[in-house]
Parts: sequence; C-alpha cells; structure tokens
Amino acid sequence: MTEPTNRDPVQGGQVEVDAPTQEPGGYAPSVAERLAFYQRAGGVVTPLITVILAFFAGGLVVLATGHNPLRTYQAVWAGTGLNWFFHVGNYHIDIPFTGHHVFFWWNTDTNGLAAYNLTQTLILTTTLILTGLAVAFAFRCGLFNIGGQGQYTAGAIVSVWVGSSWAHMSQGLHVFLAIALAMVAGAGLAAVAGFLKATVGAHEVITTIMLNWIAYWVGSFLFGRGGPLQNSADISVPISNDVTPSGKLPVLWGNSDLQALHVGFFIALGALVVFWLMLNRTTLGYQVRAVGYNPEAARYGGINVARNYVYAMAISGAFAGIGGAADILGWQYRLGVLDIQVSNIGFIGIAVALLGRNTAVGVGLAALLFGALVNGTSTRGLDASIFPPELAGNLTLMIQALVLLFVGADVLVLYIWQARRHLRLGRRPAAPARPEGTA
Amino acid sequence: MNAFAGTVDRYAQTPRRVAWAGIVVGTLAFWLALPPVQARAPWVPIVVGLLAVACGIWALTRDVGRLAWGAVAVGLIGIGLGVLATRSSTGHLGSVVTWGSLIGSTLVWATPLAYAAVGGMVNERSGVVNIGLEGMMLAGAFFGCLGADKFGSWEMGLLIAAAGGAGFALLFAFFAIHLRADQIVGGTAINFLALGVTGYFFIQVYGQNGTPGDLPRIPNVNIGGLHEHTFFGDAIGHLNIMIWASFVLLIVAHVGLFHTPLGLRLRAVGEHPRAAETVGISVYATRYVAVTISGILAALGGAYLSIGFVGSFGENMTAGRGFIALAAVIFGNWRPFGAYAAAILFGASTALSFRLAVYSDAASVLFQALPYVLTLIAVAGVIGRSIPPAAVGRPYTKQ
Repeated sequence: MTEPTNRDPVQGGQVEVDAPTQEPGGYAPSVAERLAFYQRAGGVVTPLITVILAFFAGGLVVLATGHNPLRTYQAVWAGTGLNWFFHVGNYHIDIPFTGHHVFFWWNTDTNGLAAYNLTQTLILTTTLILTGLAVAFAFRCGLFNIGGQGQYTAGAIVSVWVGSSWAHMSQGLHVFLAIALAMVAGAGLAAVAGFLKATVGAHEVITTIMLNWIAYWVGSFLFGRGGPLQNSADISVPISNDVTPSGKLPVLWGNSDLQALHVGFFIALGALVVFWLMLNRTTLGYQVRAVGYNPEAARYGGINVARNYVYAMAISGAFAGIGGAADILGWQYRLGVLDIQVSNIGFIGIAVALLGRNTAVGVGLAALLFGALVNGTSTRGLDASIFPPELAGNLTLMIQALVLLFVGADVLVLYIWQARRHLRLGRRPAAPARPEGTA
Repeated sequence: MNAFAGTVDRYAQTPRRVAWAGIVVGTLAFWLALPPVQARAPWVPIVVGLLAVACGIWALTRDVGRLAWGAVAVGLIGIGLGVLATRSSTGHLGSVVTWGSLIGSTLVWATPLAYAAVGGMVNERSGVVNIGLEGMMLAGAFFGCLGADKFGSWEMGLLIAAAGGAGFALLFAFFAIHLRADQIVGGTAINFLALGVTGYFFIQVYGQNGTPGDLPRIPNVNIGGLHEHTFFGDAIGHLNIMIWASFVLLIVAHVGLFHTPLGLRLRAVGEHPRAAETVGISVYATRYVAVTISGILAALGGAYLSIGFVGSFGENMTAGRGFIALAAVIFGNWRPFGAYAAAILFGASTALSFRLAVYSDAASVLFQALPYVLTLIAVAGVIGRSIPPAAVGRPYTKQ
C-alpha cells in the first residue's frame, strides 16, 4: 500500500534505514528527514500497531471511568456507518439525471441510519483527505506544514465569499471560480511560510502557527458582528451570507437538507491521484522529494531548494484551500465565527498525513479512519444511551493524540518492528541492520 | 575581537542613539494625542511623528539599518494613530485610555502568558521545542480547578495544577528525549491529549453544569492606602498574588539562567549538546528538568487563568494563549526579560482589544491578531532577527 520507496531514484535503488546525523553546528536534519526514517521502517504493520495501541489506551480510559469499552467501541462503529457495507441485500440504485434504477447490493436510502451515518463519515473523509495531503505534500519536501488549519480557513473564507456573491453566474463556472480562488487563498497563505523559509530561513513550524492564528482572527473579524462580510439579513448573528444555489456542489448521495455527500468526495479522490502523479511522475515532484530527502545534496545536484520550498508550501496550501471550499460549497453553505473557532480539521490532517505515511493511498485510508472516528463519536453518530457523545468527542482527541505520539516516536516503532522480526528470525536469517545510534 | 567590537560600537553609538530617540519620539507622537495631555489638533502628532521619521532617516544614512527603519515605522504609526485619536471623541478616548486600569488589566492578561513564556524559554534554551505549552496550560487550568475544588483550598489547586502540568511535561519529555520522537509532532500530540483529557474529565466530574461557583480563588493583594480610581490604585492596588509572583519568577529565571552554573549548563545543552556531554553534563537529565519546569510554569499560568482570574473552567479555555506564549518566547529572543516584555506587550494588546470594542466590535476582534503578526514580522527578520538556541528541536543521541 505504501509508495515503493525502493525504486526511488533519489535513494539509489536501496531501502536504507539510517538515523539522521546529529552533529550540532553541522548540517541539521529536518523534521521530515527524521520522520522519513520512520516512514521507511516497517511497512503497513507499524501504522496498524500505532492505531491498535492508541485505541487500546483509549479503551483503558473508558474502562477507568466506569464505562464498558467494548460496548462503547461497538456503538462508535455503528455511528461511523461503516456497518452499512455488511448489510447486503437486494436493492436498487437510481441512475442520476434519469428515471431509471438498477440492481444494487446495498440499500442506498439515507433514511436508514447506517447509510446516513456513512454519508456523514465520507463528508469528513473528503475534507480530511485534503487537509492530510496539505501536510503530506510539504512533508515530502522536508517541511512540516502545521498551518493546514489556517489554509483551510482561508479557503473556506474565500469560497463562502465567492459562493455567496454573483448569484447569476452559471453553476459550473460559479463552483469552479469559488474552488479555484479558495485554492489560491490557501496556496498564498502557505506560500508566505515557504517564502520566509526560503529567504530568511524562518522555521516553517513557527510561521505556519502564526499564520493559523492570523487566519483565525481575520476570519472572526470578517464574519463577526460589524465585520465586512457579515450576513446582510440579521446583524446580530456573526455568520456569513448563504452560498447561492449556483455556488453549491451537486449532491451525490442523500438529502441535501440533512447534509448529503457531495461531489467534493470525488474532488478529494482526484486530489489523491494528482498528489501521486505530481510527486512521482513530474520533474517538480522529483525535485520536491530530492529536497525532502536531503536539501544539501539536492542543492549540490543543481536543484533550486529555495524555489522548491515555496512551491511545495503553495501546493500544500492549495490542497487545504480546496478542503475549505469543499466543506463550504458541499454542505455547510455558510461560515460562522464559531465554525472558524471550533474547527480543528486542519490539525487532524497532521495525524492523517503522518499515519498515512505521506503517501496517497495511506492518506486516503487514514482519512477514512479519522473521518469514521470523528463521526462515530459525534453527537449525531453515537448512541447516547451507551456512551455520552460529549465524552466520546474528547476520547477521539485522546486517540488522535496517542496516534501522533506513537507515530513521532521512531525508536518505539522500530523496537516494535524489530520485535516482530525477532519472532520470525527462524525463517529470516538476516535481521535488518540496526540504525546507528538507536542502541 | 573585543577591540574590534569596541571600535564598531564607538562609531555606531551616536546614530543608534538617534534611532532610539526616534522610536521614543514616535511613541510620543501618539501619546500626546491621548489623555492626560490629549492634544486635539492633528498637527501635534504629525509634527512630532515627522521628527521621529527624520531621526530614523538620518540614522539610515549612517548605516544603522533595522533600528532606523524601526524609528521610521514607529514615527509613521505614531502619526497615524495620533491623528485617529484626535478625530475620536474625548468621551471614547477617556473610556479606552485610563492608564491606571489599562496597566492593571494588561498585567492580568499578561501573567498567564508570562508564566508559560518563561517556562517555554527555559525549555527551548535546553534545546527542546515545546509546541505543547498550550496543552500544558490547559492541563494546569483544569487540574487547578479540580484541586481547588476537591481539597477546598487554592494552594492545593496550584499544587495539583503543577503536578498535572509536570505529568504532561514528563510524558512529552519521555517521547521527545528518550524515544527521540519528533518534538513538534510530540508537542502537537500533547495539545490534543490535554484537550481530550481535560475535556473528558471535566464532563465526567462536573457534567453539563460546569465547575461550582464557590471555587476557592487565588487571592488578590490589596495594598492599603492605594484607593480605587487613582492611577496606582487601579494599576497595582489589587493585583493577584500570582502577578506579584511572576515578577519574582522573572528575576529568578534571569539570575538562574545567566548567573548560575546550572543556567550555564542548561544553555550549553541547548547550544551544543555534544560538547556539554563531553564535559560531563547529562544532556538527558538537563532536558528532562527543563521540560518539567516548563510544564509546571505553563500549568501555573493556566491555573492563574482558571482559579485566579476567571474563577471557573471551560473546555479549551486557554484558547491559543499557549501559542501566544510561544510567540512571546520567540519575540523576546529567548531571554527572560525579553519574553516577559513580549508577554506584557501581547497582554496589553489583549487588554486594549477589549476596550476598542467601544469604537467597533470588528476592530477589536482584528486587533487580537496583532501578537501573531508581530511575531511573524520578528521571525521574518524585518526588525532584528530572532536567533534560537543552536540545537533547538534536535533530539540528542547519547554516545
């Protein structure tokens, strides 16, 4: 499932697990480089172990506070809507834009709870794929973009502004314009961090944190009371104007009054493909990865490192910006100050990218996992008689945190990985070379 | 080397002083338009501001660079704000700018930031980036409430808060130091974890009703003889114990960091861990201590927020203050007085933003972005570069 790193031109056809150098004063290993180390070790197994450990620890908290973890996780599972796939029967599906319908194995009627929950999970997955890609792309260039949240907000602000203006535009053009401008907004915000990194060497983590909060307050200002983009109907409510019908994304599945799955889902899947193609089949992608593995070597090889920093950040921001637009034009249709202030979908993107090992397929699967988890523990998804959703939302945060903690700890992951190898030592004579300095 | 620096100093001295004077005069341009002087004629700030710009330009021709640009900027901003102030009604000005209470509320808003910023500085000086300050503050806010409530005293509240902060810090330290996890990923995880843990136990313990109204609060120090509605009475007459303690903390941090062997060791570990280890300093132990101190201090800042100032706990009540504290560390150039001054500046911007609401709600909201914008400018190197400890953010492998 992971990208075949052993065929990587930069790596010289070898899978090498080597600890980054630690010489102070000399060349400083970037965040991405250190995590790339984790990324090369352990295949699919380590993310799985990570997730299992995190869920296990979360279960312990549930148990310690007097709830039944098994029943809780069962209820969360039901809340995700993924159980829908297990109810196979004889149903039919409508063919869009025609009166016909054909045989289908699953019941697509969203009046059913499972189908409805699944649409909600997929709505979240859509956004998480995009915010996850925003982290992952920068990461492959050796940059840690924790500004996904701000770039998402910038995209949401611009798309709600475009979507609620120019009501007489044709739908296709309106939607395209709103998404394109949201993309530019996200890219622009991220490019600031890339530019500062490239020119004065300002650490992108610090600058993206600052930009996150600038986006947060600017958004609160724009749609807040007396703000320039506040709605014109009721000035006591700090919220934007509604997106006009021509600016809405077409509904794919479900009833649009109750938040239906929108075609943004396909935009996100398309973004995964674009991400993969861009990284693995273009010159830009090659350069980005080269810089990510070793900026000094890339510079020596004639690659303009500074320019790649700016490009990589801009492309990252563009993904997050589309994410913001997808939420606004797909199901939210308006943006309130509260929406901006409570949103943390950009931060979950960090966990998505790291758990998905910054590869296209991995990000897609991790986004589905976190989308399901967030929806399964939401007030709407979770059966409140089994476990209070207010607690469950916080449980999700804890599980996310634990995933991040374990993902970041390459030594721990390697240890588990090698313990697994130890078990199979009888069949595999050559144990992997232990990286220098992990002893 | 020293002789060289001395020569440069002697030549640079006068233009630098003029540039500094320009900055002071630029500030004066704005100040003159405010109470108590409150010049109503727009030419007053313009003339004084232009004087500041002139100082800056003169210094620019003498190769002072950034400081001179600073003087020009302050002069122009002084003109702009000064003219705005002369346009605003005296009633509004009077309600926004009452220096005594403005200073008082600046200290109130700055104190949580100051604790976390000094903590963050200690920990960055040891070579560990702590993005998790926000989470540790939040933990302090919640456990402070819990301790004060369950044991019925604010002292226990502070103690439990410190223990909570230290707990999160130790977890972070274990992953960041021993397991050599990436510090930024670990810090982000700590933020999520603190948000989840405090939110979970807040609802588990207090349910939907929130913390009880009769929480024991950290008391204020009422200085006899300083009456309300006087300058000193409003400014320092009724400050919380924690605010006074933060002054002590500042002195201790400065002396500890720059005038004791322990502080030297701490800085050595942050600048060149291998060299430090070579002379027998334990890098791991030093970093553990530094991270734990930062967790305790951030938690005390959070506890001041919950049981000192607000008197209750709400989910995610720190709302980004940990990140402002992080910004203060950077803006303050990784020095105790610098970090504290930055905390005061950011506290003042918060205090002022609430008062600006009399002019416009929207403007007061936008004003809250100021700390982040200033920090962005500072790291961009426009006004003096911020230079972090050399080994910050890099895990150390024992030899």
